Amino acid sequence: MLSLVRSLWEVFRHAFARRVTVQYPEQKAYLSPRYRGRIVLTRDPDGGERCVACNLCAVACPVDCISLQATEDEHGRRYPEFFRINFSRCIFCGYCEEACPTYAIQLTPDTEMGEYKRENLVYEKADLMIDGPGKYPDYNFWRVAGVAIGGKDKGQAENELVPIDTHSLMP
Amino acid sequence: MATIFIDNAPRQANPKQNLLHACLSLGYDLPYFCWHPALGSVGACRQCAVKQFRDERDTAGKLVMACMTPAGEGTRISITDVEAAAFRAAVIQGLMQNHPHDCPVCDEGGECHLQDMTVMTGHRSRAYSFGKRTFRNQYLGPLVNHEMNRCIQCQRCVRFYRNYAGGHDLNAFRLRDNVYYGRHEDGILESEFSGNLVEICPTGVFTDATLKRHYTRKWDLQMAPSICVHCGLGCNTTAGERYGALRRVVNRYNHEVNGYFLCDRGRFGYEFVESSLRIRHPLFNGKAAIKREALERFGSILSEGNAIGIGSPRASLEANFALRTLVGSDRFFAGVLDEDLQLLSPMLRILREGPARSASLDDVEHSDAVFVLGEDVINIAPVMALRLRQSVRQAPMRIAAGLHIPEWLDDAVREAVQDAKGPFFIASPYATKLDDIATTTHRAAPDDLARLGFAVAHAIDDTAPKVTGLSPEWDTMIAAISAALLGAQRPLIVSGASCRSRSVIEAAAQIAWALRKAGRPANLSFTTPECNSFGLSLMEPRALSEAFQSIQNEPTSTLIVLENDLFRRAPASEMTAQLRGVQHLVVLDHLVNATTEAAELVLPAGTFAESDGTLVNSEGRAQRFFQALDHSADVQESWRWLREGSVAAGLNNEAQWQSLDDLITAMAAEIPAFRAIPAVAPSRSAVGKIAREPNRYSGRTAMFANISVHEPKPVDDPDSALAFSMESGPEAAPSSLIPFFWAPGWNSIQAVNKFQGEVGGPLRSGDPGVRLIEPSQESGWQYFTAIPPQFKAQPGEWLLVPIFHIFGSEELSRHAQGIAQLLPRPYVALNPVEASLLGAKAGEQIKVVVEGALFELEVALRADLPRGVAGLPTGLPPLDGVMLPAFCKLAPTGAELSARGAS
Ligand code: SF4
Ligand code: SF4
Ligand code: SF4
Ligand code: SF4
Ligand code: FES
Repeated sequence: MLSLVRSLWEVFRHAFARRVTVQYPEQKAYLSPRYRGRIVLTRDPDGGERCVACNLCAVACPVDCISLQATEDEHGRRYPEFFRINFSRCIFCGYCEEACPTYAIQLTPDTEMGEYKRENLVYEKADLMIDGPGKYPDYNFWRVAGVAIGGKDKGQAENELVPIDTHSLMP
Repeated sequence: MATIFIDNAPRQANPKQNLLHACLSLGYDLPYFCWHPALGSVGACRQCAVKQFRDERDTAGKLVMACMTPAGEGTRISITDVEAAAFRAAVIQGLMQNHPHDCPVCDEGGECHLQDMTVMTGHRSRAYSFGKRTFRNQYLGPLVNHEMNRCIQCQRCVRFYRNYAGGHDLNAFRLRDNVYYGRHEDGILESEFSGNLVEICPTGVFTDATLKRHYTRKWDLQMAPSICVHCGLGCNTTAGERYGALRRVVNRYNHEVNGYFLCDRGRFGYEFVESSLRIRHPLFNGKAAIKREALERFGSILSEGNAIGIGSPRASLEANFALRTLVGSDRFFAGVLDEDLQLLSPMLRILREGPARSASLDDVEHSDAVFVLGEDVINIAPVMALRLRQSVRQAPMRIAAGLHIPEWLDDAVREAVQDAKGPFFIASPYATKLDDIATTTHRAAPDDLARLGFAVAHAIDDTAPKVTGLSPEWDTMIAAISAALLGAQRPLIVSGASCRSRSVIEAAAQIAWALRKAGRPANLSFTTPECNSFGLSLMEPRALSEAFQSIQNEPTSTLIVLENDLFRRAPASEMTAQLRGVQHLVVLDHLVNATTEAAELVLPAGTFAESDGTLVNSEGRAQRFFQALDHSADVQESWRWLREGSVAAGLNNEAQWQSLDDLITAMAAEIPAFRAIPAVAPSRSAVGKIAREPNRYSGRTAMFANISVHEPKPVDDPDSALAFSMESGPEAAPSSLIPFFWAPGWNSIQAVNKFQGEVGGPLRSGDPGVRLIEPSQESGWQYFTAIPPQFKAQPGEWLLVPIFHIFGSEELSRHAQGIAQLLPRPYVALNPVEASLLGAKAGEQIKVVVEGALFELEVALRADLPRGVAGLPTGLPPLDGVMLPAFCKLAPTGAELSARGAS
């Protein structure tokens, strides 16, 4: 008897309590910038394609849902010829982002990827590429790497000395 | 065996070896860079430091380089010692101080020995905060790429290139921390073995330039054990596929055959598989057809009867056997000219009925006196030349042994030996790139070479027939050669089919037999022109000329040509005439060529990368290759086309040869020479599944998602235990089925250490391959008595001999994209004296009339050609149909010279 009254009282009291249910999709929940949602490919601060097609994300991916092919431009800058993520397999673990040596691949706080057709979850490079550097505004792999690319010769990377002149007679 | 103590555990080690070798053989992980089992120790990198203790009471110990310390009885060392480990970490730290931040864009990444060793020592981040020294790269040609910043100065590249492979145009320049490894200026690397730099360099300085065009990490390749198809030696390779295309070939260690090294033709020739000439669909009267239509057509052609088959020296035994079964053994003809068959059959007979054994390439390397008769080994059987180059070090090793210098102590040995070389004689029609190691060389026309050989045999054993009419200046040379061969412990005679002279082959055999008779364990090594020349001849096909006769006699006949461009074997006009009588010409091949263009029906055959099969190399060793690509629906193994054709024609029932193993069993039962073939590799059911894809293979659920989001089921392989997937059974792969070398912590090709019983020795479950040819134990053999007369140059006539080119003379590799940039232009080579008599200068055009055909060719001067002899590059279009050697007439372009000869 007593418990019945107490339950009724609880229900009555909750009718006036603060609502915690979010009215999704009219109302959006806050997801932190580091939330692991839809994956993007970012650009370096100069606007160039950041991904260098090293395949590390692909090999780190536990479900093997990333596949790409490396190629190079005429000045030796490497980039993916194609880059594909099959989001119908992705488990949003973020290992790819962690493996990426260039900060190219990043997970974003966007989770709204529902589709009726699984095919639509296969994203190609054009679908993945964004226009900015994402969470890491400053890093540019090519400024650190030792290979020469268009606009950056040998010896012009960070912390590099000018190339040795192999024909010089000085010791 | 000596007992050594590693971290206080007693272990058995080979006292003739150094500690690094012993530790690696025992399975310890000890980092190293400069040491290589084939190159020995120089102690340059200081990476292999261990602590050595005097005895069990010594607790202080001292740091030593494991690679420079013998594994003598009672040696006590510690690998885990804190000081030793810290020293090794410090060495890596030093090496990495200038290392570029390149791994993500470095082609070595994922199979980098430097990465592996860095992880092994635990080094993590660069503590040095000053600048990095940098270098400019060089252009080294279309095969090898250069990225000098990544160098760690281990010296392996120059030690291999110069000391081991005899190259001259790669060296170390400058000093201190800016030593530079490269050429004196940009340019194509001259060595035929430059591709080995890719594997020998522990970093990404030298990488495969052909791989770069379609770059794939090692972990992403679907790989299978394969055999090189670009010469008769049968070097073992690993072929790797990605996204349905063949991506690269690397060396697959086989102690008896190729060891650690391949030639550039073998490494980079693979690109022909993806060439634009590939036939990817059946063709019926030149129009593409689908497989079902092609089979229907093939079936109806076959059911007309009267089919004869021409086999191929570059197709597998299985494919040849399937054709032989389809047409019947009496209607199966050799895919080589009678002249060539009459060289191959005697070679086989000599090796099987004579007393001298055919040498494996490992035997070649360990021979201590060599006589090369008639061969340009480096351009015909390149890896044998690399092995021969080591053989001249065998005899001088005794100098080092006398000074108690162990063989592996490379610099000390070279210092002790200086320029001393073992006896090595070359007699050939023109100068070769091995001449620099030869004791003496001799140039002569093929008949004279044979005479020289017979004379040497007579000098060794005077019951061998005497050669009369020798010029006296030969006497000292003959005496020197015979004395050196008699004085050797393991003499070797090298010859082969390239002079296209049976006398030369017999003369070589005569020498080996004379040596055997004198009680020396002489070996004999013949080169064969194509990858399965011996396999085809062991099938005892009928002569090709008889095939053409039977076409003339039976005008309604069908001719099936297996993987063979007949137009490369005879002048086009002659071949066209021969084929005119054929009612239906069916050709199975993988590249478009003149024969496929003449065919009514072309069936697209799988290349080595798309099929399985067995090849018999010039040693007589049968070796199996396995498919790396699961081929497209229309391309399949030649033997499958032939089987399905016979089923379609109702000649055979569906049950015949369901798999390769069925076919092999049938072949072993039918042909006595092939009884041992099933033992070449385990059958499909004999072992558990073996994954072609490494554990880390990536992209499985995305690579085909653009086509279908439902992952396809892995393709089943009915023919071998290898699986097109990442899933393996629990057991280790037997050596003939090892798809790639990888071990935990060892991602680079150096992982092969973990597959050998003793590092540098045979693979743990035995080296792949079965020898089909053994010498006869009986003593009933007879010396050859047919000694050719002396060659006499006729005025106005030259003997054209074939000149071989590593790039160009071989049929398939010429179509590889990288190699295609290195092909020579057709030319005619003349002695400068004779050229001046003709008034021809180098680079000028000249008329050459040979075998009724007229060519206008550029003159190349070669002072090494004997008088009366001219040379023509063999295999190069438009000269590929010219039968050499042959007599030719020459005249300046202005002069009157018709195809019939000078007027
Ligand atoms: S988030 Fe995880 S599952 Fe998704 S692509 Fe990245 S690594 Fe693969
Ligand atoms: S890890 Fe980064 S740089 Fe490498 S392939 Fe993936 S996205 Fe590109
Ligand atoms: S050589 Fe090895 S360690 Fe150096 S950049 Fe290349 S992969 Fe990395
Ligand atoms: S180029 Fe390679 S092999 Fe040569 S010294 Fe440098 S790291 Fe060693
Ligand atoms: S491997 Fe011993 S010093 Fe280099």
